[in-house]
Amino acid sequence: MRIAVTATGGSMSAQVAQNFGRCEYFLIVDSDTMKFEPVQNPAAAMVGGAGPAAAKTVSDRKAEVLLTGIVGPNAQSVLAQYNIKVITGVSGTVKEAVEKYKNG
Amino acid sequence: MKKIAVASGKGGTGKTSVSVMLARALGENHRVGIIDCDVENPNCHLFFGSGIEEKRDIEVFFPDINPEKCVYCGRCQEVCAFNSLIVLKDKVMFFPEMCHPCRGCLLACPAGAVGEGKRKVGELIILKETDGIRLVYGIMNVGEARSIPLIDSVKKESCAGADYIVLDCPPGAACPMVASVKGSDYVILVTEPTPFGLYDLKIAAEAVGKLGIPSGIVINRSGARDHMIEEYAAAAGMPVLLKIPFSRKFAEDYSRGSINTRAFEGLGVRINKMAEGL
Repeated sequence: MRIAVTATGGSMSAQVAQNFGRCEYFLIVDSDTMKFEPVQNPAAAMVGGAGPAAAKTVSDRKAEVLLTGIVGPNAQSVLAQYNIKVITGVSGTVKEAVEKYKNG
Repeated sequence: MKKIAVASGKGGTGKTSVSVMLARALGENHRVGIIDCDVENPNCHLFFGSGIEEKRDIEVFFPDINPEKCVYCGRCQEVCAFNSLIVLKDKVMFFPEMCHPCRGCLLACPAGAVGEGKRKVGELIILKETDGIRLVYGIMNVGEARSIPLIDSVKKESCAGADYIVLDCPPGAACPMVASVKGSDYVILVTEPTPFGLYDLKIAAEAVGKLGIPSGIVINRSGARDHMIEEYAAAAGMPVLLKIPFSRKFAEDYSRGSINTRAFEGLGVRINKMAEGL
């Protein structure tokens, strides 16, 4: 399963970024192999509309699940179009978050 | 036709009071139009009993996307600097609150799928002329994020035949204030002798300076601390046009929908003098 996690850096030991639209990185993690791909969030420095643009980035990377802190309503509606499961209120490192999700 | 904008950095300094008093003073010998540019919170009309002469919708462009023509190439999303369009594989999502109606998407679409949509963002209201004064104002719809298209619409209203137009501007020094002040011949910055008043006056004066419009200062609720403002005015080379002393009576009249220059001895005369001098 491909899990997208918002992150403050490009590694599995980075913290889960709390603001979905403005996070610096998305880590696209394969939950079976725990292999990951860091993707810089082009929306991080945008003037406005970061949420929907970030949602588009996540969907382009074929993520099925998103782990993050908070997601705004506009981003939420784009994510819903792609049937991406959104889990909010996630904190700690990216690695911990993915493992916690895998263990339910 | 001369356009005089009444602005301030800080809110609640007395822009509307000054606008209405100035318009009435000018109205004694001239035909005057007041344009209330504060479309988020218009209040000039509260001081005019005259009925509504005309009311019409203010509309802005939005990309009306034809799903039959759309090829989902994503070009409109690329050109939109404000992320108001997100192209999915079989759908285009539009976020109206982010759109700065620039029509870039319409120009860029290779398939001709973006149509000229119109959506209502507020209303423009013109009051019947009273005592030679005509009032135009706008009301923005609740939930709209951008007031600039409405400000541009009310400003376009010509007030045909007016010798003077007084523009009551929204507070602050950001886009709505700049959009309101732009194109005027003179800006009156209303302030109060407090640290807040001075701080925001400086920001507003700088914005007006960058627009290259001459400006002067009105000190409202004038009193013992006027020197704060006067020192700044002298350093900035801006004239202090008028001082309005603090008066409970003036505030009481205002709260009852009346702006009364008779609240102070000689205020009417000084307002007239200021109006002549502009």
